[in-house]
Amino acid sequence: MMEITEGSHAVAEAVRLCRPQVVSAYPITPQTHIVEDLAAFVADGKLDAEYITVENEFSALSACIGASAAGSRTYSATTSQGLALMFEVCFNVAGMRLPIVMSIANRAMGAPLSIWNDMQDSISLRDAGWLQLYAEDNQEATDLHFIAYKVAEDPAVQLPAFVCFDGFILSHTYEPIDMISQEQVDRFLPKFSPAEKLDAKDPISFGMYATPEYYLEFRYEMDLAQKRAKEVIAKAGKEFGTMFGRDYSALIEGYMLEDAETAIIAMGSICGTTKDAVDEMRAAGKKVGLLKIRVFRPFPSEEIAKALSHVKRVAVLDKNISLGARGGATAIEVRDAMYGSTIPVKGYVLGLGGRDIRKKDIREIVALCEKGIGDQFYGLRKELI
Amino acid sequence: MTLSVGCRARPGKSRDNRTGSWRVFKPFFDHEKCSKCGTCQTLCPEGCVHENAEGFFDPDYTYCKGCGICAEECPKEAIAMNQEEK
Repeated sequence: MMEITEGSHAVAEAVRLCRPQVVSAYPITPQTHIVEDLAAFVADGKLDAEYITVENEFSALSACIGASAAGSRTYSATTSQGLALMFEVCFNVAGMRLPIVMSIANRAMGAPLSIWNDMQDSISLRDAGWLQLYAEDNQEATDLHFIAYKVAEDPAVQLPAFVCFDGFILSHTYEPIDMISQEQVDRFLPKFSPAEKLDAKDPISFGMYATPEYYLEFRYEMDLAQKRAKEVIAKAGKEFGTMFGRDYSALIEGYMLEDAETAIIAMGSICGTTKDAVDEMRAAGKKVGLLKIRVFRPFPSEEIAKALSHVKRVAVLDKNISLGARGGATAIEVRDAMYGSTIPVKGYVLGLGGRDIRKKDIREIVALCEKGIGDQFYGLRKELI
Repeated sequence: MTLSVGCRARPGKSRDNRTGSWRVFKPFFDHEKCSKCGTCQTLCPEGCVHENAEGFFDPDYTYCKGCGICAEECPKEAIAMNQEEK
């Protein structure tokens, strides 16, 4: 059913439809509306779940570990400093192979304190073992929750998943959303029935001690599961498309990319702005296209290399910075994906801490990339430095 | 043995870890001095000191980590910790 709703409300409704049995989260801007809604759903009897209130995010995700290990479909949501506080727990969730789904309303990391959007929070956890899905708009942010549970719980994957969407830009924006019905969700997403769970009658321990003789192999198994997830995402995305008309089978999406000379790579809501800028540049005769990355973990290296094989240059937009490295994480990984190719890949770190990115900025970046200028911050206010 | 997904373990799994390889000092039990009180067996954190047919006690070196608690607590000083030779 089509409705006009706020991103956070749509995400909360999607989560409700996924029938989580345990929700534990700690409110933090700009994620707050999601967990407020879920608490209200539980209180009003609209969601048959245990809502565990906790004193901070570390406890929130720790409570989710216990619940998930006991065989419950489990949900949490956070952002920025809250996610940072979960750092240790995130690694434990993935290492125990618990398919928890967590929404991340992407926000900058302090200090300096910023409640505004960039992707530093979830990107900083790229090595934790979680799948990372990034939404361009609120329809995608909504739908990716259904996909995330289906993929995370697949026996071939058994890894947790972040569903990331830009804080405020998406979380607090009202957009038309086609919300699928409970009956449709139930058809797409079967009941969570893990092969193993905590049971006093049949004791089992999760995430046990591994001496140097075993640890390396556990990490290897997790890496294999990440790689298997590509196929599982493609299958789940295709099934979703067949059932509801929106196909999420591709880990990356091209927009006007087929004959593009300059390819712009981006993730999240900035893709919408970029598509508009691409339309305008195309109208002006410039062969520009967008490659949107929807799935950052597992990283679609081969897919990106294949999709960009014909372009003349690549501009990568990063709303994060790996301080001290050569730019943001996406540029670094795209450069790795393109290794051996002669196509120049230029990174642009931009929009950090909520700095607006507009169509003119995309045009300027394309102009810079054409001149071979890149691997730098974009949009610095020179008068401040 | 193959790895479980998520390092999950059923009770008794610790038998697979032959912790004897961790040992630096190896306990030597002198039955001449032993009074068969069983303190070593009671206090062994690994539970790897066993009573033999004659009522004396011997460690299972497959699992004994060489912590030395038995030697420290033995009222007869019948247990000596010697540098492990491998």
